[in-house]
Amino acid sequence: MNTTENIRAQFPILNKQINNNALVYFDNAATVQKPKQVIEAIENYYYNSNANIHRGVHTLSRVATELFEQSRKTIASFFNVKNSQQIIFTSGTTDGLNTLVQSLSKSVLQKNSEIILSTYEHHSNILPWQLWAQHNNGKLKIIPLKENHSLDLEKLEQLITPNTKIISIAHVSNTLGLITNIEKVKEIAKKYNLIIVLDGAQSAPHMKIDLENLDVDFFVCSAHKMYGPTGIGILYMSEKWLQELPVSKVGGGTIKTVSFEKTEYEQGALRFEPGTPNISGAIGFAEAIKFTNIVGITSIYKHELDLVNYAQKQLNELPEVIQYGVSKEKAGVISFNVKNQHPFDVGSLLDKYGIAVRTGHHCTQPLMKVLNTQGTIRASFAIYNTKQELNYFIEKLKKVITMLK
Amino acid sequence: MNIEEIEKEIIEEFELFGDNWEEKYEHIIDMGKNLPKIADENKTDKNIITGCQSRVWLNTELKNGKMIFTADSDAIITKGMVAIIVRVFNNQTPQDISNAQLNFINVIGLKEHLSPTRANGLLSMIRRMKQDAKNLMNGSNNNN
Ligand SMILES: Cc1ncc(COP(=O)(O)O)c(C=O)c1O
Repeated sequence: MNTTENIRAQFPILNKQINNNALVYFDNAATVQKPKQVIEAIENYYYNSNANIHRGVHTLSRVATELFEQSRKTIASFFNVKNSQQIIFTSGTTDGLNTLVQSLSKSVLQKNSEIILSTYEHHSNILPWQLWAQHNNGKLKIIPLKENHSLDLEKLEQLITPNTKIISIAHVSNTLGLITNIEKVKEIAKKYNLIIVLDGAQSAPHMKIDLENLDVDFFVCSAHKMYGPTGIGILYMSEKWLQELPVSKVGGGTIKTVSFEKTEYEQGALRFEPGTPNISGAIGFAEAIKFTNIVGITSIYKHELDLVNYAQKQLNELPEVIQYGVSKEKAGVISFNVKNQHPFDVGSLLDKYGIAVRTGHHCTQPLMKVLNTQGTIRASFAIYNTKQELNYFIEKLKKVITMLK
Repeated sequence: MNIEEIEKEIIEEFELFGDNWEEKYEHIIDMGKNLPKIADENKTDKNIITGCQSRVWLNTELKNGKMIFTADSDAIITKGMVAIIVRVFNNQTPQDISNAQLNFINVIGLKEHLSPTRANGLLSMIRRMKQDAKNLMNGSNNNN
């Protein structure tokens, strides 16, 4: 049975005491804790199946290759992708975006090309594009926010010029938890024939994502935010791009034949995975997907949304608190400040009570500028968090507010 | 009082709180409120020490061979920690400051504030104070 109690029992770290208090882990948007199954799958791989993959004739190499490719299939099926070759392993969202920008710069992007981003992008979805733009006279155009901090997609169309090639956008804001209306973005992108890159780092852990139906060009996410290990993620690309996208990173494992004059590359995912990949990471990631499937991604969404709405309501009753991006539909994240207090102070004192929240700019400095603050306090939830924990958090937050006065 | 005597005094003050971290932090916050405040015209880019989250401004002067610090921070706990260190270093000679170990921070259980991952810039502030002291000893006072 999937009671919260049963789920919590699968996460050994949740029993930890922090500063003599039970750990309340509300920093799940940064990285989520891992269930035993994932930790054991990784350990088991190293104990029993470790070998390099894809080229070996020996038994262990075949076993490891099979585990690795089976992991790709498990992940593909989670995202409803029929051809698992469309799932390319990366070291994470940041790596996926960097690789992608490099590859696109060899095909679609030309001097003076323009890329549309949103105000609430994570630095990882700004800097690779900015670096490219700086060297190629390119331009970044930014979708503004509405009063309620959601994206003002009414303004998207007017950012488009004949030089616009790509819209690269967060599916869910890591700072605010707000969900981007991707249907609306798609509608406009289709009209102007623009490529869509979706940063799913914060949506994949919380929401059902059907990439077959979502029908974007590219999608990236990180396993460590989805109950999986660090150092692995995926770059999904549509069938068309799987055939057409130029490679940007090359090396062993990506080729059919090599001479000093000419190289013939592999087909499919392998073309984009040079070098020995993170085999144990892929296996751990697949195990995390299995965990998520057992609990059910829609149950996860619902559980976290309940927590979000409960927290927003509780915070709303504290006159000292300013919330950002309040909404009834969010993916696991709330963001706020205590009036006239530095988020660092609030975070440091909450930590003393065993409560782990994140404070600061959350790698979204341009968003902070628009919100007119140095930083915020962010609490982000996972399937194992409870209302009791939230009550404890609110009680201690009140205490902290008094202490700081 | 010399640096060690002030350290001893602070240790005794904190001993009163025992294990009660809440009182300890309230005391730190109070000390922050009493920090010798840096003049606004000295809140310059040159005097800013950026941690990842909270910022510290520090001004150093030499008067009769002793160092005088004024400071501020945008976070109150950081400001309290700054105040503790300023209290120890104020009116001391550059020589003593550059030799000081500041072990008392460990003793009063605030070591966590000096870890490099702590985003408050305190460690950089102490480095800056010691560097200023060294510069003064070497006769260059380009931080004044
Ligand atoms: C929206 C978003 N994009 C990108 C990233 C970067 O992910 P990673 O650090 O796993 O590469 C994050 C992680 O915080 C994120 O939240």
